[in-house]
Amino acid sequence: MAETLDLTIYVKRQDDGTAHLDLAIEGIDCAACIDEIEGGLCKLPGVVDARLNYTNHRLAVEWRDGQMSPAAVVEELRRLGYRAHPFKSRLVEEEEDRRAKWLLKCLAVAGFASMNIMLLAVSVWSGNVTDITPETRDFFHWLAALIALPAVAYAGQPFFQSAMGALRNRRTNMDVPIVIGILLALSMSVVETINSAEHTYFDSVVMLLFFLLCGRYLDQAMRRKTRAVASNLASFRTEVAHRIEENGEIALMPTAALNSGDRVLVRPGERISVDGIVISGSSDIDESLVTGETAHRAVMVDSQVYAGSMNYNGTLTLTVRAAGKGTLLDEVERLLENAATAKSRYVQLADRVAKIYAPVVHTAAAITAVTWIVTGASVHDALLTAIAVLIITCPCALALAVPVVQVVASGALFRAGVFLNAGDVFERLARVDTVVFDKTGTLTLPTMSVVNAVDLHPDLLKAASRLALSSHHPLATAVAQMASDCRPYDDATEEPGCGVRAVVDGREMRLGSPAFCDAQVLADQAVASDPFASVIAFSWGEEQIVLLVRQALRPDAAAIVQQLRQRGLDCRILSGDRPEAVAPIAAALGIALWRGGCKPADKIAMLEDLKAEGRKVLMVGDGLNDAPALASAHVSLSPISAADLTQAQADAVFLGDRLRPVLSTIEIACRAHRLMRQNLGIALIYNLIAVPLAFLGFVTPLVAALAMSGSSSLVTLNALRARGRASKPIPEAPPSHPVPAAQGA
Amino acid sequence: MEVLIYLVPMALLLGLSGLAAFMWSLKSGQYDDVQGAAVRVLFDDDMRK
Repeated sequence: MAETLDLTIYVKRQDDGTAHLDLAIEGIDCAACIDEIEGGLCKLPGVVDARLNYTNHRLAVEWRDGQMSPAAVVEELRRLGYRAHPFKSRLVEEEEDRRAKWLLKCLAVAGFASMNIMLLAVSVWSGNVTDITPETRDFFHWLAALIALPAVAYAGQPFFQSAMGALRNRRTNMDVPIVIGILLALSMSVVETINSAEHTYFDSVVMLLFFLLCGRYLDQAMRRKTRAVASNLASFRTEVAHRIEENGEIALMPTAALNSGDRVLVRPGERISVDGIVISGSSDIDESLVTGETAHRAVMVDSQVYAGSMNYNGTLTLTVRAAGKGTLLDEVERLLENAATAKSRYVQLADRVAKIYAPVVHTAAAITAVTWIVTGASVHDALLTAIAVLIITCPCALALAVPVVQVVASGALFRAGVFLNAGDVFERLARVDTVVFDKTGTLTLPTMSVVNAVDLHPDLLKAASRLALSSHHPLATAVAQMASDCRPYDDATEEPGCGVRAVVDGREMRLGSPAFCDAQVLADQAVASDPFASVIAFSWGEEQIVLLVRQALRPDAAAIVQQLRQRGLDCRILSGDRPEAVAPIAAALGIALWRGGCKPADKIAMLEDLKAEGRKVLMVGDGLNDAPALASAHVSLSPISAADLTQAQADAVFLGDRLRPVLSTIEIACRAHRLMRQNLGIALIYNLIAVPLAFLGFVTPLVAALAMSGSSSLVTLNALRARGRASKPIPEAPPSHPVPAAQGA
Repeated sequence: MEVLIYLVPMALLLGLSGLAAFMWSLKSGQYDDVQGAAVRVLFDDDMRK
């Protein structure tokens, strides 16, 4: 690779004269890689430090500024056998890292406090039934207060902030009753301590905090892990472009370094990586990954082109620019805005429960107080019992019921190769009854492949695919993928607009257009059998074959659609491609309801119609044209190959060449949703037993501690079932096909 | 039971020093790469420079 990528925008210059670069590394599979990478880089002149994070496969390199170029680091890594991709940590991820650290600190404080207070509390409980003196008990209570008050003030912050946020927006969430319970229990315990009473609830309060923080931290940790892998994958796909500098030189740049107005060169066979306007040249481009349309579009000067299109036969010069009026991008952005405002905020299951739960609990406490006063108890006793009701109902199990299931289920999804973007996906996925697929890039693979390989003579196919290695044409690339022998033929020459040729074993070999290979008759027959495939011909001496190239269905598409239908889901196709091209796909999958030629607005309209019928739609799509539909669907999925804008709209992203993750996602979500409801049920039964006991005044601190930890453990154990049959082997997600750095535009 | 006057604060102090040690380890980034730390301990030359 003669060209080197200009990485300067990723380099951070530091005050002490060193430069810093973060890289995501592909190909780390064992611990020995750490030493190999760090040791290898430290031998480079000028490198001050290289540190590999083995957990998230990121490498931080520091060198004395000016002594070497960042490209040397990447080159050295390539020599060692690793692919390095410049990595820019996203703001969201840094924010999550900070929050995870903060939660861990709160958890540590709550853990320390609950251990020490429990030490004091157990002494008091056992002393109360034996011979503790009131002085010792008071001393212990004061000590417990001394530990509990600062600990709660610190470790309770996540809950206080969330509850305040909800109240300020005039909503309630699960944290509101938690905070009320904590504050009341604390203040009552302080009052009781001052009055030298027998019982305080400091231990219950800090234990409650500890349990809840465990749930929060696990939830956060799972999401962080998913996000780290997802952003590594995103940086593996770093797009590059050939920028034409002021002086006419061409430099390979990451697209992130391009500004509006820069000129970019796109050669034949390269994927266009920027949105822009053609300023010179003309070509045919394949926009199937953008619009779903598989027929090529002719572009000339002043045409708008989109990132993700494949340039076929001409060299283009583009100016980079944001969307203009009336272009597809403009329409997509406008529709996205509408979809975002129209989408009613989905209220999460736990918050819906909290909305009913909080008033009921608070009324129960009030009724308790009133009843006790009416039946002749003192106001002090009545208040004590009422507060005991609040403490015992403080929704410890309830607040753990949903997050713990989410943690376990997103772990299961992670292993199935699905990354979540949104936290409440499970609840929405579980209610899906209709699945709408996009065709191009979703049901079919995003790359081209030879569809009639089985009908061809294996030797000729082998020769054709090896010859194809020497061509840059996109169709030839599809043929080259099948090459078992990855050494291109010597002296192969490419004839622009025709194909490639080489002389092998004394006979001339040609790969290219049917006319170039003298195979027009064969080609006409082939086209008649499959009118939507592109034809590429191959000849070797007198022998000729014709290869049909098009986007093939994902290998398991038919089986998965079949299984989805068996689950009672209604499957449909909405495609931007021509109806004639959609029909055979729909027939192959046995899908009766399909539509082709849909513009982004048509897709939204169709989804709105389905919504009006009361259906909950799962939209699976990848093109830029699908982004608005994904945003307006009840829940959405997209393959990792999707356009960036589209991926950002999807609730989850799946890896690999198969459609299986769609089915796994629905299965795991249904199981998770069932467990969430079971857990809420367990929490409810616990309350039904505990509240009457508290009402009658039987709840001592010991009972409260037992009840709380018991119900929390039960809920957590039940949530672990969301892992499913762990023995079922789920194949490791295959690495996404990284685009070679030089390909791009 | 006067011994409690010494014992209890001592117990608390021990607990607090444990907490402080945890906070320090968190701050110095010892939890940033948990899997890496587990294997780095096996390297012979992990004290570069």
